[in-house]
Amino acid sequence: MNLTRRDALWLTAGAAVAATMPLPAFANTAETVEEAIAAFTGGADVKEGGVDIGAPEIAENGNTVPVEVSASGASSILLLAAGNPRPGVATFNFGPLSAASEAKTRIRLAGTQDLIAVAKMADGSFAMSKRSVKVTIGGCGG
Amino acid sequence: MAKVKPRVKVPKKAEVGEVITIKTLISHPMESGQRKDKKTGELIPRKIINNFVASFEGQEVVNVNIDPAVSANPYFQFDMKFPGAGTMKFTWTDDDGSVYETEKKIKVG
Repeated sequence: MNLTRRDALWLTAGAAVAATMPLPAFANTAETVEEAIAAFTGGADVKEGGVDIGAPEIAENGNTVPVEVSASGASSILLLAAGNPRPGVATFNFGPLSAASEAKTRIRLAGTQDLIAVAKMADGSFAMSKRSVKVTIGGCGG
Repeated sequence: MAKVKPRVKVPKKAEVGEVITIKTLISHPMESGQRKDKKTGELIPRKIINNFVASFEGQEVVNVNIDPAVSANPYFQFDMKFPGAGTMKFTWTDDDGSVYETEKKIKVG
């Protein structure tokens, strides 16, 4: 590859920016849904179905969309929003005292998109479900 | 900045073995790091609560890793199997390292 002087300048500038960017300690840095799922499952096979996602069909305000995830026998559930700038939403880890592997929260959605939930079962297998949500006003503050 | 105030709703008493629902909310702006300041056009730095843990007498009930896509004033609802009288502890961890805590006692009855 032929490296011109201009290219070289861009490269060093990019590297300098990357080096100075502060990254919060627990940041989920996955950029795509595939990366996020791979980081959660460690590359294991994921079977379709078995996770329930409760969400409104049409959410008027993308800033607070009530969402419920449940998967019986799951030890943790990863929730992703495929159409957000970053797909990660939250990871729920259920402890021994948790009655049902079920949690409700409120999330931000940038627009009409699919929600994806991946559950890690107690036996180490993974299950995944999808659900689409229509969003009238997006919640990422442009 | 508005004061961060946790609010938790748990039953005062429950039967042993009963499944109880716990609701938690904490007032927090959850600045996603994606928004721009309308005047200067610069990105507002990310500041969210990145972790929430609920535990009962030292045993974890749920532990949630939170990304910026969780709404402002993050709300969580979950179920717990009540093992007997004790104290429930709720801990939220902020990006800036602050830890917000609250406790609730649950009696048998």
